[in-house]
Amino acid sequence: MYDFAYHRPSSVADAVKLLAADPDAKVMSGGMTLIPTLKQRLARPSAIIDLSGIQDLVGISVSASAVTIKAMTTHAAVASSAEVRKAIPALAEMAAHIGDAQVRNRGTLGGSIANHDPAADYPAAVLALGATVHTNTRRIAADDFFTGMFSTALAADEIVTAVEFPIPEKAAYVKFPNPASRYAMVGVFVAKGPAGVRVAITGAGANGVFRHHAMEEALARNWSPDALEGVGTDQEGLNGDIHASKEYRAHLVGVMAKRAVAKAG
Amino acid sequence: MGFEGIGASVRRREDLRFVSGRGTYTDDINRPGQLYAVILRSPHAHARIRGIDTAAAKAAPGVAAVFTGDEMAADGVGGLPCGWQVKNKDGTPMAEPPHPVLAVGKVRHVGDPVAVVIAETRSRARDAAELISVDYEVLPAVPTLEAAQKPGAPLVHDGVAGNICYDWHLGDKDAVDAAFAKAHKVARLELVNNRLIPNAMEPRAAVGEFDPMSGEYTLYTTSQNPHVIRLLMGAFVLHIPEHKLRVVAPDVGGGFGSKIYHYAEEAIVTWAAGKLKRPVKWTADRAESFMSDAHGRDHVTVAEMALDRDGRFLALRVRTQANMGAYLSTFAPCVPTYLYATLLAGVYTTPAIYAEVKAVFTNSVPVDAYRGAGRPEATFLLERLVDICALEMGMDRVEIRRRNFIPASAFPYQTPVALQYDSGDYTATLDACLKAADWAGFEARRAEAKRRGKLRGIGISTYIEACGIAPSAVVGSLGARAGLYEVANIRVNPTGSITVFTGTHSHGQGHETTFAQLIADQFGVPMSQVEIVHGDTARIPFGMGTYGSRSIAVGGSAMVKAAEKIIAKGKRIAAHLLEASADDIEFKDGKFQVAGTDRAKTLAEVSLAAYVPHNYPIEELEPGLEETAFYDPKNFTYPGGCHICEVEIDPDTGVVEVVNFTAVDDVGRVINPMIVEGQIQGGVAQGIGQALLETCVYDADGQLLSGSMMDYTMPRADDLPNITVGTAITLCTHNPLGVKGCGEVGAIGSPPAVIGAVVDALKDYGVRHLDMPATPHRLWQIINANRPRMAAE
Ligand SMILES: Cc1cc2nc3c(=O)[nH]c(=O)nc-3n(C[C@H](O)[C@H](O)[C@H](O)COP(=O)(O)OP(=O)(O)OC[C@H]3O[C@@H](n4cnc5c(N)ncnc54)[C@H](O)[C@@H]3O)c2cc1C
Repeated sequence: MYDFAYHRPSSVADAVKLLAADPDAKVMSGGMTLIPTLKQRLARPSAIIDLSGIQDLVGISVSASAVTIKAMTTHAAVASSAEVRKAIPALAEMAAHIGDAQVRNRGTLGGSIANHDPAADYPAAVLALGATVHTNTRRIAADDFFTGMFSTALAADEIVTAVEFPIPEKAAYVKFPNPASRYAMVGVFVAKGPAGVRVAITGAGANGVFRHHAMEEALARNWSPDALEGVGTDQEGLNGDIHASKEYRAHLVGVMAKRAVAKAG
Repeated sequence: MGFEGIGASVRRREDLRFVSGRGTYTDDINRPGQLYAVILRSPHAHARIRGIDTAAAKAAPGVAAVFTGDEMAADGVGGLPCGWQVKNKDGTPMAEPPHPVLAVGKVRHVGDPVAVVIAETRSRARDAAELISVDYEVLPAVPTLEAAQKPGAPLVHDGVAGNICYDWHLGDKDAVDAAFAKAHKVARLELVNNRLIPNAMEPRAAVGEFDPMSGEYTLYTTSQNPHVIRLLMGAFVLHIPEHKLRVVAPDVGGGFGSKIYHYAEEAIVTWAAGKLKRPVKWTADRAESFMSDAHGRDHVTVAEMALDRDGRFLALRVRTQANMGAYLSTFAPCVPTYLYATLLAGVYTTPAIYAEVKAVFTNSVPVDAYRGAGRPEATFLLERLVDICALEMGMDRVEIRRRNFIPASAFPYQTPVALQYDSGDYTATLDACLKAADWAGFEARRAEAKRRGKLRGIGISTYIEACGIAPSAVVGSLGARAGLYEVANIRVNPTGSITVFTGTHSHGQGHETTFAQLIADQFGVPMSQVEIVHGDTARIPFGMGTYGSRSIAVGGSAMVKAAEKIIAKGKRIAAHLLEASADDIEFKDGKFQVAGTDRAKTLAEVSLAAYVPHNYPIEELEPGLEETAFYDPKNFTYPGGCHICEVEIDPDTGVVEVVNFTAVDDVGRVINPMIVEGQIQGGVAQGIGQALLETCVYDADGQLLSGSMMDYTMPRADDLPNITVGTAITLCTHNPLGVKGCGEVGAIGSPPAVIGAVVDALKDYGVRHLDMPATPHRLWQIINANRPRMAAE
């Protein structure tokens, strides 16, 4: 690690103030991505603004129509929340299969979506459920939030405070883990709800998470795995690497999507 | 006290400190005034070094020194030696290019050490390392066997033509050619043995220290064989005489071969400690481990078996290319030769065998022994080829094996490839394994799986390996530059407790338990009276260390020999105390007893007399009760057995699940069944890892694409089935315990069983053979390519 200054503010306002004052500062939630990056000297922030002192950023609340999860809520907390399990079981289950126990106890919703790793699980949930990302200044629709691999609509001094997930009628997530990293090599989140049918694909796209419109149309007509028979995935724009070719990823998108629909019931 | 002698599943004594995080590993050792070394490594696979500017690094805060290869060479530091010389077919020695501790003139693989920065903290050293500017002239790289052997390929070492380290052979070519000429059928197979990255849980580390008062150097290091490191580093690299060099290998968190070798960092910290008169520590991070620990396997082979009308093997012909990497690691040359081709008879009576092995330099990390070392490569080749033979002959896979087994009545059995097997019963391990795995009931399970949409397959391997290395004269004649005996010193302390100093080293195998059981058994004392000491050249007389499943067979035998000396002396002391003749004294259950009487002295009474020799045969015997034995084995030992694997493949994704794995092994006498079972399970886990998950990938420029856990698939618990382990033993005939060894059998026997199962599951898809690892991606490609054909049928 390079040397950096360390701050642990106790309010979002203070955190934003620190962030705005120093363009080379970075916020840290669980550190699960940031700390390895620092240790490998791939980033050189002048300061770390640790959000863990902000009580206001932790917690889950459920209304009749939405589950709102604050940014610093850990994957473990989401996975084990009885309320989330009841309202959007697919979300709790997805969180339960992120990384390993250590990662789930540190990693957070805010960190995951702000980072927008193209193989991360949460972005698929946010996009498929048509969630709204709350920040210190505004609300961002999921469709506008993820702008490309490792990039989002967040401004440099903007902090994710919460994500509001509308409660769907049906939803499920199925992940084909990368054999080595166990991140998603292909992850498909399907949902049918107030925002219609939405299918989000993570792991496969070279630009990060994306919606599969052809599948959405097919499922809107007929919500069943069979409806996806013959609905292809364009290999253009998919990732190919030592673990899986574009062709294989495209194929897995189809298989995982069918399984997700079957699971959603 | 429960039964804790030979055959008891005593719990591992060392585990309390390991599982509670209280082991003392090299990185836990901190010496007063210690500095930290960081190695600057080459980002290029192949480049000429035009110049290195270290001025800014030297001036950086907290930096004590920066050294380059030229500076170390100028100070007289030698290159890393190779411990084994293999000869070419024409009798000339292999090419043995220099292996400088820090690169001189050229870098030859990504990760090749270029300079070392030594500073007050690791962070300061890393900061300064970034200030070193190296002027590289990047050269085209040849990271793979194929690239390195293309006509006109760039040379890894300027003086080594065609990048060929050696072109070696073994066996009777004429006899093989003659047998092929009259063969009924020939089965042929081309195969790759995939390159592996060992990934011991503990990364390598080293702490060097120098005492200017005594002139003594101490090196703490993550080693499987501290005496070998002392010998190699002292004699060849740093020119420090043995009496001024102590090497300590404390708790070591796994080795699997990768910690046998003498590595540059050991020499660097020791030498730098002398220069700077302060201790120097280096600890690898995981990324460094990937690019600097010796890798394993990496063969490309063409094999052919000649068969007669009845499916009997007439002759075997093998041509192998073996990747040595950029430099010769300590034992690299012997792995694809004497630990490989000599095993090609396997458990079969194949009368004629001829193997040719070409070892090739490439722009990749050096390759050396990794759990099994040569024997997994031989076993994979042979067992896959035997399956192909069965296919070609239309015979059952089990039947063709049975028909070609060396019968239990044929031992000692001389193979056509130099080895003489002392004992074994391959039919017994086969039958026991077939039964335990319910081979006969498989087709019903296949049909049931099919109803669930899964492709189920079963695979079998009947293997042998050679371990307990090795008779010194034999290996010496084959090019080893060391003896391979083992040493034990047993000290019976004055009040009768026993301290055993062994030259073997435990890095997870549980020696502190197994050896204590063995000694408790020899002396008839409780285990609590026995302490096992290993890993310190200042405490242990000598030793060759632990690898090649040699610790119990060679090190344990040395203990038995030393115990025999103690008992012989004890009898003479007891005879004096009991006023009897030494010939009449029997030693049993911890007592020296006059035969046929109840007059006896305990071991403690005898040892007290030896250390307080008031009433003692002082004219004839020296006081004290301590003996040393060097044991040089008479032969290798030959564990063998049968592994059966069952898999299910999801045809939609290509995902393979190992649903059953059964191993029945002959490891000779079992001292601690629980530890043996654990060793076999761990070995099988690594074998399944090789077969389904692990592979090292370099791109065409020699960049390591599988350079972290994000891209290199280590087996995890949920990748593995419950592994059923059984033993069906025959005793080794030439060592006092009848032991053979169990450390590597799991990794040796399992890969062909796994791949055999995958191939069997895909038999309707026209698959004859698959190289490792059989990843979902590869399997899906095969399934997908054959889908139209399958649908048409
Ligand atoms: C071994 C391992 C395995 C993993 N496996 C998976 C997996 O299978 N699936 C998966 O989806 N993920 C996986 N992850 C990632 C993990 O789930 C974390 O969510 C992710 O690393 C983010 O970590 P974090 O929340 O600690 O954020 P940090 O590491 O603290 O931050 C990550 C980035 O987000 C920024 N940031 C953090 N919080 C905010 C905020 N509130 N507002 C704005 N910006 C913010 C930071 O500045 C930083 O750039 C894995 C991680 C590890 C280490």
